[in-house]
Amino acid sequence: MTPPQRQRRTPGQGTPAQPAAPARKEGEGGNPERLYVVAGPDGERADIDLVTLIVARSPDPPPSATPEQAALLRLCVAPLSVAELSAYLSLPFSVVTVLITELLTAELVQARSPIVRKALPDRSLLEAVMHGLQRL
Amino acid sequence: MDFNGSDTIPGPRAEDQLPHTAQSAVKIVIVGGFGVGKTTMVGSVSEIKPLTTEETMTQAGIGVDDNYGSPSKTATTVAMDFGRIRITDELVLYLFGTPGQERFWFLWNGLFEGALGAVVLVDTRRLEVSFDVMGRLEERGVPFVVAVNSFPDAPRYPITDLRSALDLSEMIPIVECDVRRRASSRDVLMTLMRFLHSLAMTGSLT
Repeated sequence: MTPPQRQRRTPGQGTPAQPAAPARKEGEGGNPERLYVVAGPDGERADIDLVTLIVARSPDPPPSATPEQAALLRLCVAPLSVAELSAYLSLPFSVVTVLITELLTAELVQARSPIVRKALPDRSLLEAVMHGLQRL
Repeated sequence: MDFNGSDTIPGPRAEDQLPHTAQSAVKIVIVGGFGVGKTTMVGSVSEIKPLTTEETMTQAGIGVDDNYGSPSKTATTVAMDFGRIRITDELVLYLFGTPGQERFWFLWNGLFEGALGAVVLVDTRRLEVSFDVMGRLEERGVPFVVAVNSFPDAPRYPITDLRSALDLSEMIPIVECDVRRRASSRDVLMTLMRFLHSLAMTGSLT
């Protein structure tokens, strides 16, 4: 039996990844009410990755915090990734990033950036991950 | 969700909390077609119960312009399961299982670009499902290994035949695995890490 045949591609080949940005017109869009209410009016987002670690600066949310902000602050008394926050809060990733942006601006949380792949990855980092996996 | 009752939102169990020393995280993406075993693999190696993050994708009305703002407007929710492994007190590894269609990838900021590398999980009963995924990773210069999830009723091809069918260079590891087993899934991740390490040694990573 012969398996089906694929053809290899090379970097830069083909059409560049064009995210089919959701076409939204003014005043129209996915879930506008909810996103607006949860995320606040200004829509700016910090550069936040799924695995950016978020830590609350204080264990007690200030009285001014919205219920969503308070829930997030309580969750990240210990470092927690944005992906985990999204999962526990049952909120989409994009909504959580907006919430975090607000909390970063208010200096209520700290963000610890992930280590991303570089042209030449740090060998000691790769070795640390290998040692960690071997312990599993 | 009622956030006013947010005291009741369940967070991580006490034993699942990361130490305050956790400084940074790295991620590996497991990508493959529906039902190929991504979630099983994430679950078998994760130290926490796998979680799900979601993103909502709004579909522009296709040929139908009169439903703007109406509740019938379609929004697709794309879910991604993930797990976590604590590497050291400072470093955490996250594993994401993501659908093979690239149109979902941009939903999560830098999902592939920021990842150390990827595992392409394939099922020999539907090998062609993974062709496009591999091509996209090649175009983006994301290093990956291929893991063949062994299903009992799936055709078994010699690795050399698979390599030729998948048009993969000798350099790219292809391994067989049973993702239900932690040791087997762990070995796949180790294969990826050794591959990345060899790329780092030879400086051949693009």
